[in-house]
Amino acid sequence: MSDLTELTGAAAAQAIRSGDIAALDLFEAYRERAAADAGDLNAFTWVADGPPSDAGAGGSASDAPLAGVPLAVKDLFCTEGVPSQSGSKILEGYRPPYTATAVAKLAQAGTTLLAKTNQDEFAMGSSNENSAFGPVRNPWDRTRVPGGSSGGSAAAVAAGLAPWALGTDTGGSIRQPAALCGIVGVKPTYGAISRYGMIAFASSLDQAGPFTRDATDAALLLRHMVGHDERDSTSLAYPGEIELPRGVDLRGLRLGVPEELTGEGIESGVREAFNATLALAEQLGASIETCRLPHAPHALSAYYLIAPAEASANLARFDGVRYGLRVDADDLLGMYTQTRAAGFGAEVKRRIMLGTYALSSGYYDAYYGRAQQVRTKVAEDFRSAFERFDLLVTPTAPSVAFRLGEKTDDPLAMYLSDVCTVPMSLAGIPAISIPNGLSDGLPVGFQLCGPAFSENRLLSAAYVLEQALGFDGSVARRTGGDGAAA
Amino acid sequence: MIDRAQVLHVAKLARLALSEQEVGQMSRELSAVLGHIEKLSELDLSGVAPTSHVIDVVNALRPDEPRPSLPRDVALASAPEALEQGFGVPSPGAS
Repeated sequence: MSDLTELTGAAAAQAIRSGDIAALDLFEAYRERAAADAGDLNAFTWVADGPPSDAGAGGSASDAPLAGVPLAVKDLFCTEGVPSQSGSKILEGYRPPYTATAVAKLAQAGTTLLAKTNQDEFAMGSSNENSAFGPVRNPWDRTRVPGGSSGGSAAAVAAGLAPWALGTDTGGSIRQPAALCGIVGVKPTYGAISRYGMIAFASSLDQAGPFTRDATDAALLLRHMVGHDERDSTSLAYPGEIELPRGVDLRGLRLGVPEELTGEGIESGVREAFNATLALAEQLGASIETCRLPHAPHALSAYYLIAPAEASANLARFDGVRYGLRVDADDLLGMYTQTRAAGFGAEVKRRIMLGTYALSSGYYDAYYGRAQQVRTKVAEDFRSAFERFDLLVTPTAPSVAFRLGEKTDDPLAMYLSDVCTVPMSLAGIPAISIPNGLSDGLPVGFQLCGPAFSENRLLSAAYVLEQALGFDGSVARRTGGDGAAA
Repeated sequence: MIDRAQVLHVAKLARLALSEQEVGQMSRELSAVLGHIEKLSELDLSGVAPTSHVIDVVNALRPDEPRPSLPRDVALASAPEALEQGFGVPSPGAS
């Protein structure tokens, strides 16, 4: 095998099981590329300094389904004994005493922890410019952002520094960076994967999910992550099993195109790619009709009240008492306020303020209460659309990757990056982004969403489209790892 | 829209010390974001139930049985100040 890092996760697992390649060689190939990234994409916050002690060739891991395939994990997943800071200075030096369920389940399935990935602080951001570890760059163009908040995971997979990675999605934090980096990203149904051990942003929205090179790899990671966990009372038993996607056409599939998410505000290059993919889906046998999600235009406003409100409560735990940073002061209140002032970055402070305001006495009903009512309407819109359609499709993000610094001074413009992804988050339904072409040399993402627990349907449609689209992501992989693959 | 006094009040609720510059910035930025969000007031939402949670799970209970938890020394290992087998903090003082 000339280039181990060109194998997909599924192909690598197969090759390890059949003895064609050694797990240790694969790990070392990725570890070298990841370690060489430091001054380039800045995709990682931590890289393993050697092979995992229990991943010996021929060891017990080699007959596990994901047999010794390395995994990169977003910083906010707690990993026992390994730095986990959620991209924040306030958790400086924190090494958790336990591991997040999603990561533990994948380790049981045979993956090995390669690296922790850079992210927007506490997953708040759409460009990965809000990290205490500095911004991540997009492997397709290093002057541009990778998207966020899981920007490190997206950049790492796109640049071939990891075969696959875990991220989290609260309002688009998997799908939008996957789109901007030209890879596959899935936000599963809310409750499908345990949130135990994920450093919380907005608990009613946060979901873990995979970043992969194709739909098959995404299915494989999902298959081993879903399920009820007694440590997360909002997690559910997954009905059935996640299947490896198959199929050659989309015959009989009814696709809806919501007018509200495909019109104004979508960049022309993104729109062209979207329309071309719709035409392709039609050739493959799908029926396509426009539909309405009347409350979708209000989803972003509701989201930017609900998510900060939940965040302001979740982030109260960072107070200099149990872990991380402490700034000494004469009294307790001073210690709290100074620690939080020094430990949180600007965007996190902004969202804590926004959320605290929305929950404060006199404003609760007008803001938070109203946002929760809009959430009900958004979910109802989807339910009625799914009476007529199997899946809905939209562009994933309104634009291709923008330049570093372009939107940092305008929070509102930054928030608009999530306009196509937030409605599904509010409704708790699953969605996938697949790369569907280039615009000016930069990747564009195509989003499919379906009813709760329709992951198999989504993955199958994504698989058929990806076969037909033939998107070539190897261009970006050749730029990563200090030219290691050149 | 969000004036200086409101920013300071919310910052106090949020246990956040803000610099003079941050107070001004928060006032401008929060006003801009809330201005956008005001669009929600155009909607007729009378009689619409709020959604706090999207999945249909009510009171997930388990038997109340003691189980092993993190050993005390492990739980305290990350603390900025571990004191007499607990978390040490400054005096609440007069505030």
